[in-house]
Amino acid sequence: MSTSTVKSGDSPEKQRESDKSRAENRLGQKLVLPAVILMLLVTAWPMIQALWLSLFQYRLTSPDDREMVGLNNYVTIFTDPIFWRDTGNTVMIMVVTVSIEFVIGMAFALIMHRVIFARGLIRTSILIPYGVITVVSAFAWQFAFSANNGFVNYWLPFVEDNFDWFGSYGSSMVAIMISEIWKTTPFMSLLLLAGLAQVSEDTLEAAKVDGATWWQRLYKVILPNMRSAIMVAVLFRALDAYRIFDNIFVMTRGANNTESVSFLTYRQSIELLNLGMGSALSVVLFLSVLLIAALLVKVFRVDLAQARGER
Amino acid sequence: MKRKIGMTLGIALILIWCLLPVAWIISLSFKSQEAITSGSPGFFPTSDGFAGWANYEALLTGEHSDFVQAIINSIGISLISTVLSVIVATLAAYAVARLEFKGKKFVLWVALAIAMFPVVSLVSPLFDLWSSIGLFDTWLGLIIPYMSFTLPLAIWTLSAFFREIPWEMEQAAQVDGATSWQAFRKVIVPLAAPGVFTAAILTFFFAWNDFVFGISLTSSSSARPIPAALSFLVGSDPFNPPSSLLAAAAVIGTVPIIIIVLLFQRKIVAGLTSGAVKG
Repeated sequence: MSTSTVKSGDSPEKQRESDKSRAENRLGQKLVLPAVILMLLVTAWPMIQALWLSLFQYRLTSPDDREMVGLNNYVTIFTDPIFWRDTGNTVMIMVVTVSIEFVIGMAFALIMHRVIFARGLIRTSILIPYGVITVVSAFAWQFAFSANNGFVNYWLPFVEDNFDWFGSYGSSMVAIMISEIWKTTPFMSLLLLAGLAQVSEDTLEAAKVDGATWWQRLYKVILPNMRSAIMVAVLFRALDAYRIFDNIFVMTRGANNTESVSFLTYRQSIELLNLGMGSALSVVLFLSVLLIAALLVKVFRVDLAQARGER
Repeated sequence: MKRKIGMTLGIALILIWCLLPVAWIISLSFKSQEAITSGSPGFFPTSDGFAGWANYEALLTGEHSDFVQAIINSIGISLISTVLSVIVATLAAYAVARLEFKGKKFVLWVALAIAMFPVVSLVSPLFDLWSSIGLFDTWLGLIIPYMSFTLPLAIWTLSAFFREIPWEMEQAAQVDGATSWQAFRKVIVPLAAPGVFTAAILTFFFAWNDFVFGISLTSSSSARPIPAALSFLVGSDPFNPPSSLLAAAAVIGTVPIIIIVLLFQRKIVAGLTSGAVKG
């Protein structure tokens, strides 16, 4: 795209052009080199190391017993009910939070798109949950749900004042998911707002003249026209939700079976210093994120192609 | 008229959503420990449970003042990684947005892969690696991971900005005899400054917010950042933490971010959405 300015085709120009493109090639590679080295240093290299370590029985507490065990760690993981329980939790958190975030985020985006007064105030406020440290939001909600000093039981009429949200699995998960949804819905709504800005007002106006109801306009005009924004928002948030760790660490420490896959990986590696098993879990976690990304891209691509065909 | 009422309700709803938990944690930070132990479920502190600045004093000058070191760590580590990451990302984003070169696809592919990388899966190999080369529990040991994890976002945001710059000016400079490098430095850098600034804010947010690296790659207060320090303020019983003290620490950790949000709201929105929608 950068070479489009030189249009004449005589040979000295061409000569200069190819010299220029060779220089451009070198410059480009030189400029990206530091970024590539840094990114690979912290991901590719440790990941290769994790692949290697995952083949060992290796605990930092007894480093001399390091022993090559082949794929044994993986067999242990996939036959362990704890791993499947944690995977179930993680998938549930991902599906529930992203769905709710999408609905609320879309509602917020529609309001922000139409709002005339207080525009700056709203845009500033919506960034506050995005900016607040996840750990802080987890603490805020943990205290809010606390039976001893929280306001949730106090305010909710259908909940007893001494109800212990962190006493059982279901209510603990609700508290964890609420803190996650609170923190990330604004991010979703900002991405959707940017998508809304790309929906043409003329088409909407035409639909209105043709007698389409508000719901029909939303389903038939607005949503299909902002498909790429929706795809990006859902993809980013889903991958992010699958990595959930901070909220669970703060709110329950995995008590009442609320552990996620990330938490299990952390517990094996850092708390139990079981590096072999931790590495194997790291590899599995990475592969499952890749799988989710591939699935989502595939699902949305089909839709995108259909949307393009309609137009 | 009906529309206007609906709008007002919607705005009120958004504001409550965004501000309620923040207001709650601020309110909690002014309650006294005694009031909380005896049960203080109201939203605002009552007159006899009001602690004034006592919780903040305990953190900044009193018995929990090792928290000050965490504040210093967070500010230092976040600022250094932001500056370095933005410099490296600017070079890369310029190349990606502007130049044709072999390996461009590879760079974008690596950035995409890292953006979706589960951070926790790097913890155990990095823990091992950092221990063996002496980076464990140091500032540099956190700066390097922060840099590599903020690079994809910074590269995307910046290259979206770079595509909008009128590049004829750069060509004009080159016609006047400047080399590619001179044209980049003298013409493009000043034009790109607002985008670079936005990328810097987003990078700073990431570093300030990180928890996983913070707790796994540090073991003492010498490098432990605020989010990790918060989880260490919790006493022996994680189900009965010193709530008001933690709330005060949380407020201290949130204030810088709120200030940045208030000052640069427009730029942050532009940065968050430009990479996603145009890229």
